[in-house]
Amino acid sequence: MKTIDIMQILFFLVVLSTLAIPLGRYMARVYMGEKGFLDRLMLPFEKLIYRICGVNETEEMGWRQYAGALLIFNLAGFLLLFILQLIQGVLPFNPQKMAAVKWDLALNTAISFMTNTNWQAYGGESTMSYFTQMTGMTVQNFVSAATGMAVAVALIRGLTRRNSKTLGNFWVDLTRSVTRILLPISFVLALVLVSQGVIQNLHPYQTVQTLEGKPQVLAMGPVASQEAIKELGTNGGGFMNANSAHPFENPTPLTNFLEMLAILVIPAALPFTFGHMSGDKRQGRAIFLAMLILFMAASGITYYNEAAGNPQLAIRGVTGPTAMEGKEVRFGIVNSALWSTVTTASSCGAVNSMHDSFTPLGGMIPLWLMMLGENVFGGVGSGLYGMLAFVIITIFIVGLMVGRTPEYLGKKIEAREMKMVTLAILIPAASILLGSATAAATPSGTASILNPGPHGLSEILYAFSSCTGNNGSAFAGLNANTLFYNLMLSAALLAGRFGVILPMLAVAGSMGAKSSIPAGAGTISTHNSMFVGLLIVTVIIVGALTFFPALALGPLLEQMIMLGG
Amino acid sequence: MSRIIKNSVGMILLMTLILGIFYPLLVTGIAQIVFKSQANGSIIINDNRATGSHLIGQDFSLPQYFQGRPSVAGPGYDASASGGSNLGATNKELYKQVAEQENKIRTENSLAQDQNIPVDLLTASASGLDPHITPAAAYLQAKRVAVSRGVSVNKVNDIIAEHIEKRQFGLLGEPRVNVLKLNLALDRELS
Repeated sequence: MKTIDIMQILFFLVVLSTLAIPLGRYMARVYMGEKGFLDRLMLPFEKLIYRICGVNETEEMGWRQYAGALLIFNLAGFLLLFILQLIQGVLPFNPQKMAAVKWDLALNTAISFMTNTNWQAYGGESTMSYFTQMTGMTVQNFVSAATGMAVAVALIRGLTRRNSKTLGNFWVDLTRSVTRILLPISFVLALVLVSQGVIQNLHPYQTVQTLEGKPQVLAMGPVASQEAIKELGTNGGGFMNANSAHPFENPTPLTNFLEMLAILVIPAALPFTFGHMSGDKRQGRAIFLAMLILFMAASGITYYNEAAGNPQLAIRGVTGPTAMEGKEVRFGIVNSALWSTVTTASSCGAVNSMHDSFTPLGGMIPLWLMMLGENVFGGVGSGLYGMLAFVIITIFIVGLMVGRTPEYLGKKIEAREMKMVTLAILIPAASILLGSATAAATPSGTASILNPGPHGLSEILYAFSSCTGNNGSAFAGLNANTLFYNLMLSAALLAGRFGVILPMLAVAGSMGAKSSIPAGAGTISTHNSMFVGLLIVTVIIVGALTFFPALALGPLLEQMIMLGG
Repeated sequence: MSRIIKNSVGMILLMTLILGIFYPLLVTGIAQIVFKSQANGSIIINDNRATGSHLIGQDFSLPQYFQGRPSVAGPGYDASASGGSNLGATNKELYKQVAEQENKIRTENSLAQDQNIPVDLLTASASGLDPHITPAAAYLQAKRVAVSRGVSVNKVNDIIAEHIEKRQFGLLGEPRVNVLKLNLALDRELS
């Protein structure tokens, strides 16, 4: 534990909060269709997109129509990425002559990028052509993020509109998410990253002669343009195998800082967007605060455990922090621990250190954040709609305790909404636990384990949590490129994405149709510190009760083994 | 339904054109003009040939050069196969590898059994391409380098001190030494 380390964490949180507030306001204006400074550049461009695609931008969609458009669009994106990988051998921008990707890996990868997960059972620089990376991965990084943002905005509209059958227009929300938010920020960020040393070229891999006269092949590629949206869209799929630990993806402490900011800035801004769109900024602030407090606790625990390190290495007579296996010197303990929390609190999954080599408890926090459903800031869009599910659960529990009909933003929460929200929380939990149990009980599941003992179970748990949570980071020792894992995890990816999106859109639909009732003396306030506390406790209790037994057999047991020697 | 399909296909193809072709090529074009060296890998040209990248670590085994961290990228520092060991904190294999590396470093640098070793020299990095070591890890190797080059330890220590990179803006990251830059400086200043 060092003062300079704590200062780096606090500085990050201050900058993040400072940026989130104006960005949240800006995004609210984007989604409400108000005038903005990019109008002149983007309006004609957007109109052209609508015209070519046959979209009527003034049309309002009901929740079923909105969900239908989302599903078909995602299916089209999946098919395109799947096919691109199968035929990349004959496509351009392939100086390394990468061959076609095997079908089960291509299937898993296409689903993984379509669901904003970017689980990678492959090493980027040894598998994918530049063309696939650009037109496949980069594109899905944008549109899967925009899909998540669209769902969050539709849910906000459902919660705030009255007696309305519609939630907005999916195509407009999708397009404006890209043209007004993701693309402009990515463009600027990509160039800043290049200035620090992130590569951006289409050259073949370059062979150099090292100082000792040995050949060294340097992987090349259009990295920066993908890196920017990879973080900003909380996608996380590395251009290179080592992801953001690779110096060509993340060369300096500054790029590391900017990339962490990019991961969390949209998720942290969306509660404020919610506040603006609901006309009650306090509602957004309460959700942001709950997220911030949970995040501070999580990053604190991870940092504490990584800084405390591994006593089994300490006895070897070393200086410096012991938990440096799988970490880079330029980031050290604090920036590795902080990043691991940033990437799993959100649904990003990019890594700048190898989580598999973290201390057991240090690695448990990222695992647990994913199990909670990544709503501590969370993925772009998915974080907010995930947290709103917990808000509704909290209101319901509190309502039961005081014997009042639960209400949120002046609307009654009734049986249908509760069923849908429960589904949105149970489907991912079932996917994680049943998937892990299946893998742990079958030879094809356990054959992929790298580390023996309880850590092996942690690797499996991590894989299913990461895919279900649409995170994409890994305890990468697990060999996931097998038929068994490619298919099992594909199912987890789909369950975790659409098993939450569809119920939450249904909630949006039914809440939007309700009329508003005036607040009475018994109405529970959803913006005071009491509610923030209740929300935090609900998130922790649901997460703890559901996953504690599994965590006890994995990381908790391993921590005791490590301390015992 | 058929309209949704038409919308979807049109939208994904158009997005692919804009985000998959236009955007990366525009960034590439600007980067190649404004940040040419960085965009192409920060390559070092030494005696008219490319000797590596400032950002990518290299495998050093000769005694007159400082060594970087253990690497599990391919056979070691393979910059087309990045990655870490992924060994868990209680894995006996990790302890074994650390012990082997410890013995190697003690032998090469003629260290006493009770002398502590900076941990970055015993543990593999995440990328396998970590270009840096801690300043302590550099000073530990100074004596070996000085002896094999026939110069004083103070001289080598001075060069190390010049090459310590501070935290960015005095706050971000960790103090570190770029091994390749340090070794290039040795060749330049001591030959």
